[in-house]
This record gives sequence, C-alpha cells and structure tokens, in this order.
Amino acid sequence: MTWKRKDLLGLEELSSEEISLILQTAKSFKEVSTRQIKKVPALRGRTVVNLFFEPSTRTKTSFELAAKRLSADVLSFEVSTSSVSKGETIVDTARNIEAMKVDCFIVRHSVSGAPWLIARSVKAAVINAGDGCHEHPTQALLDLFTVQERFGHLKGLSVAIIGDIRHSRVARSNIWGFSKMGVRVIVCGPPPLVPLGIEEMGCEVTYRLEEAIRQADIIYLLRLQKERQRENYLPSLQEYSRLFGLEERHYQGMNKPFFLMHPGPMNRGVEIRSCLAEKSNSLILEQVTNGIAVRMAVLYLTMGSQR
Amino acid sequence: MWYYVFMAVRLAEGKEITRILHDLADQVEKKLGLANLAIIGIKRRGAILAKRLQTILEKKAGQPIFLGYLDITLYRDDFSALGSHPVVSETEILFNLEKKKILLVDDVLFTGRTIRAALDAIIDFGRPSYIRLLVLIDRNHREFPIQPDFVGRRVKTTKKQMVEVHLQEIDGAEEVLLIEPKP
Repeated sequence: MTWKRKDLLGLEELSSEEISLILQTAKSFKEVSTRQIKKVPALRGRTVVNLFFEPSTRTKTSFELAAKRLSADVLSFEVSTSSVSKGETIVDTARNIEAMKVDCFIVRHSVSGAPWLIARSVKAAVINAGDGCHEHPTQALLDLFTVQERFGHLKGLSVAIIGDIRHSRVARSNIWGFSKMGVRVIVCGPPPLVPLGIEEMGCEVTYRLEEAIRQADIIYLLRLQKERQRENYLPSLQEYSRLFGLEERHYQGMNKPFFLMHPGPMNRGVEIRSCLAEKSNSLILEQVTNGIAVRMAVLYLTMGSQR
Repeated sequence: MWYYVFMAVRLAEGKEITRILHDLADQVEKKLGLANLAIIGIKRRGAILAKRLQTILEKKAGQPIFLGYLDITLYRDDFSALGSHPVVSETEILFNLEKKKILLVDDVLFTGRTIRAALDAIIDFGRPSYIRLLVLIDRNHREFPIQPDFVGRRVKTTKKQMVEVHLQEIDGAEEVLLIEPKP
C-alpha cells in the first residue's frame, strides 16, 4: 500500500487501508519526538504554509511542530493582517502564496468545503485542518491512533461521541474514521444538537447519556460551544451540564472500565466535571502528544506523493 | 518488477552465511574488543544480521551487548526522486550512545548512500566513541568515500547487476544472489 493522494481533505473519501497506512506511519514518527534531538531531515527544503482563516492555537502549533520535526520550513499566515480583509478571494490568496513556491498548505476555514476549493486550484498539497461543521481529518486520525495504541486494535470496540454533534467537524470525521475501522459508534446529545438521519453515516443514536456510557469502551466528549445557547439550541448550560455532563456518579456501578477522550479545549464544569479530566482513564493529553506524530505522518505522505 | 531475470548466480547459501558471521564476530572481538560495544543494524536485513551477531558475541562476552535498529528512510538523499515514499518503520535505539563503540551492520554495501544516511541518523542520537562498519557483502561502485571495516565477501559486479541477500526470518531462505537484469 502506497499513498497516492496529493491532499488530505477528509476521512469520508479515505479507504480503511489508507487510514491504516497513516496510522502505521505515525507509529514510526512517534519515536522521533522522544529523542534528544527531535528532528529528522525528511522534509528538508520543503515549505509548509499554515493558512488559518479561523483562530486556532492547538492545531496550528501541532502542525507547526510536526513540520519542524521533519525539518520543513513553516510559515504561519495570519488572516487578520492579510489581504483577505481587503477583499481577495481564498483561491487568489492561495495561488499568490503558491507562486512563492511553497509545497503544502494547512487550511482551516469556517466555511465547509473551503479546503477542497483550494486543493483544486493549487498544485501544492492541501491538508484540511478543519472546515466549518464538515471535517477535521487529522483530529480523527490522532483519535484513532490513540485508541489503537491503548487497546492494540480497533475492530470490535465501541465509542460514544457525546455533545454537540450538529456543529462538530470532529464528530463527523470521527464517525467516518471509527466506523471505517470497524469500531461501533454511538452518538449522544440533546435532540436539537443531533442531526436527523445521522445514522446514515454508520452510527447509532441515543439521547440518554447513561445508555451511551454503558455500551462504550471510549467516551468521547465534545466541547460545547457556549454561543449555542444564544442560538436557542439549548435552554441553558446548566441543563446541558446536568443531562449530558460527565460526572463522578457515571464512574460508579460501571460493569466495565472506559477511557475518556476530548478534542479540547475543555469547558470544565460544562461537559465534564473538573476533577475527572485528570483521572487515570483520561487519554486527553495522550491525544495531544499523538497529534504531532499523526500530523508528521500526514505531511510526510502528502508531500511525497505529489512529485 | 520491471526487470526480467534471466540469470541468477548463488554466491552463498545455507550454513555459509552463518559461517561468515562467526568469522566476522571473531574479527570484531579481536579488533574492537567486546567492552562498551553496541551493535546497530540497518533495517531490514541488516537488522537481522545485527541480531545474529549480537547472539554470537554475547556468548563470547558472557554478558549482554546493546542492540539497536535503524530505519534510514527519513535520512535518504534521494527523497524527491522517489515516486512515493517507502513505508517508514521504527528506529529503536534505546541505549545511550555516549562513549560506546558502535558496530554498524548492513547486508550489502553498494553506493555508500545508505551508510551516509545511517551515520547522520546515529549522530542525531548522540556522540559515540567511534563507528565501525560491518557488511556481509561488499560490491564495488561506491559513490561516497565510505569503506567497510569488516567484510564477509567481496563481489565484483557491474553496476546493473543486483545483489540480493535472502534471510530465513524475512525470505524463508538463506542465500546471496547475484542477479543479471535484462537491459
């Protein structure tokens, strides 16, 4: 199996073999970050551009570190100071930067599909770092990697994704990713935040937190965006927290242990009681560590296949 | 494969490879000594030879000898010439290299580019006392000023010929083949 794609845009279009190849490559890259000299020369002379049209700290930092550990040069493009605010289209922006001979764009945009538009217009590799409510493929890949590393396999496990499914690109990419790799996916949230017909993506739906937790090996909490209350999706944050927030009592009377995951940033006291994030079953910081290895793998594979 | 094999000469087979390794182990013991020695094998077949050498040398030393494996994919200089990247596998060097005598092991020495990459990779892990090179087969056509310190067999080849080492663990056979590709 070799990598044939120029871009990594979403998990919907990937086969399970392609996902496995990324995870396998990431496994080899994880070792690099444990060395005293955390750098290999694989992408020396390549230029990677972070094209973030939406604020992000974690994902941008993670991509930047991943590129630097492969010896690529990284340029971070600040949207607030850019010509986009002067009325330039995103395609023109990307083509102008590409004219300076860059090899890869990491794109985040609040509009679903924006990375596809850019990928069609440039020869450089394009990696989707989150588009609207659509996909966030590297997040889902690092989640798959973390689960696989912990359990030694993926097939046959169950994951419950809990929270605002409607607006979550992390949820969508994870539903594609986990179900393609043979993991049972249960989504759970307040009915206004669970889109009708989401079962067609290959998951099950429940509106009761206890029921989701009972069936799952992994509890995946999504961040609740507080502005959703203003948009009338929720009566109140307190109600959400009471019905869908993970609490100490969920740990009692469980017939099997579960692992806890969260894509960050966490709203302590809303989707999770503060003390639970540090419990021994929490994989949250491992997810962050593994994000570097997975993004190194993605950069390595996409930049290698294009020439 | 793009080439059509019409002739393959067996240069060594079966027990012969084991015998060569024992000879090489004797030479290593005599020339380098076994104190502070660590072996690093280049994946994949160099790694297997390194593991076998470790077994032989540990018997002689009566104490454990460090063993590491190196994947040089990320240090290759023909990175952009490849259509798509070869699958990267893990580098496993779990000991400290400082003040160690490193025996670098590979199956075939040809252009020297793999060894060049391996030297870069090793140096990223620390500063050993010195590095010596052991290869099972040394063929000509070097492109870098790199020479082995311990050689199992020297083989004269043309540039187009290929030398393949097959080992039980990967290939299910023990042999060294000289393969003539059709132009």
